[in-house]
Amino acid sequence: MKEFALIFRISNMEDFKPSPEQMQERMNWLGSIAAQNKLADKGNTLLPMAGSAKTVKPDNVVTDGPFTEIKEFISGYVVVKAETIEEAVSMAKENPIFKIGGNIEVREVLKRD
Amino acid sequence: MEKEHSKELLPHLFRQEHAKMIAVLCSHFGLKHIELAEDFVSDTFLKASELWAIEGIPENPTAWLYTVAKNKTRDYFKHLSVFESKITHEFSSREITYFKEIEIDNTTITDSQLAMIFAVCNPINSKESQICLALQILCGFSVEEISNAFLVPKETIKKRLFRARKNLRNDHFKITQLDERSILERYDTVLKTLYLLFNEGYYSKSGNQLIRKELCLEALRLALLLNQNTLTDSLQLNALIALMCFQSSRLEARTDQFGDSILYENQNRALWDQSLIDKGNYFLVNACGTKDSNQVTKYHLEAGIAYWHTSNDEHKWQHILHFYNQLLVIEYSPMAALNRTFALAKVHSCKKAIKEASKLGLENNSYFHALCGYLYAEEDIAQAINNYTKAIEHSNSESEKKTLKREVGRLMTR
Repeated sequence: MKEFALIFRISNMEDFKPSPEQMQERMNWLGSIAAQNKLADKGNTLLPMAGSAKTVKPDNVVTDGPFTEIKEFISGYVVVKAETIEEAVSMAKENPIFKIGGNIEVREVLKRD
Repeated sequence: MEKEHSKELLPHLFRQEHAKMIAVLCSHFGLKHIELAEDFVSDTFLKASELWAIEGIPENPTAWLYTVAKNKTRDYFKHLSVFESKITHEFSSREITYFKEIEIDNTTITDSQLAMIFAVCNPINSKESQICLALQILCGFSVEEISNAFLVPKETIKKRLFRARKNLRNDHFKITQLDERSILERYDTVLKTLYLLFNEGYYSKSGNQLIRKELCLEALRLALLLNQNTLTDSLQLNALIALMCFQSSRLEARTDQFGDSILYENQNRALWDQSLIDKGNYFLVNACGTKDSNQVTKYHLEAGIAYWHTSNDEHKWQHILHFYNQLLVIEYSPMAALNRTFALAKVHSCKKAIKEASKLGLENNSYFHALCGYLYAEEDIAQAINNYTKAIEHSNSESEKKTLKREVGRLMTR
């Protein structure tokens, strides 16, 4: 069984704080993966707000907020267990993030010793 | 008191006092000699059964038992020390175990029992032998009773106990007094053991129903014992006790007069024990810490799930689903995965739950097929019957098979 990180990206700051309904949808999605015993790491939320996020660039340039060169920012991640990347992708497809125009990057985890 | 009472009183006293007396004696001369303590206690009860049948039951039977056990212990050590000083002394200068007078009051008894709980709950032991050991030493169950409770041959139970007792004797755990370090070291194992003990009584559908109920009550008794001492009390313990109270409130409603199980949905709610539900609420409130020390453990989540099961709130299944989601994120178990799917059906639809169930990978589990049988019942009777039939094939429990067959029969006549 391989491990894959699912990295969540959204582009709208307002979407970062979910409504109770959205929260429930996310939890249902996470619960569904956990119920298949395929949750490797429940992951974390990464705060994008000023004071909680800075981007460090070459030549000592430090900007406030997350890295947003592509108009989106990472909002969090989880790690799932799957036989193939296709299986991990099909888990990602069920996530409610697409309703708010977000996207998910699926990346196989290569563990460093 | 009248003589004929001694026959009824003794087994009852035996259960209650046997474990306590052994704990008191062991706290005195250590776990290495637990067999010795057990011999003294057994002798004491034997003497009681002989004497009480002739002379009647003494005024205070418990005190009588303690005095006799105490005297037996003292005599043994006196004899030993005479032997050691007169004979052995000339050959070796081994340390002689002198007998100190045992003080017996309620504090000693409670403290010894607490210490014994921690001594018995050793993380080395396997889950099965751990429960057997706890039942024997902490709850005073006989090998026969344990084997009845689990429907496992006596020889198997004996083997499990043998291994576990070897670990107990060779362990360096000091039973004399409980200190914070040893509590911390074993706390999780202690709670886990009580949790398993309770579940063994509550969920397994095999074996003697009466003994199973007693397992639940024993687990609750030991948990309450931990609750009474500030050193061994904790938020998660309160959550565990709340869980046990909520679940126990349905003990009477879960089986019919033939001992067959009644599914939650068909239970007569008037049979739920409101006083246990109230107790559960009390402990659940105590399980919630302050804002700074607010920990959510699996016991909290399971207590929350059990709480909502006692409620008639229209949104209860949403809460239950939510807690199952959280529970699974903390720790996967097939049972939680199946129960989550059931809650999902209640909140959303059976159709959605069927889709989720197909991903669980639990095709070897009889409960999985029973769940699918339930989920298909409204949509596709043939599929439902098919699933219930598979569940019957996978089940090892006669009473479970009976319940499932009843469902099949019900569907066939629809």
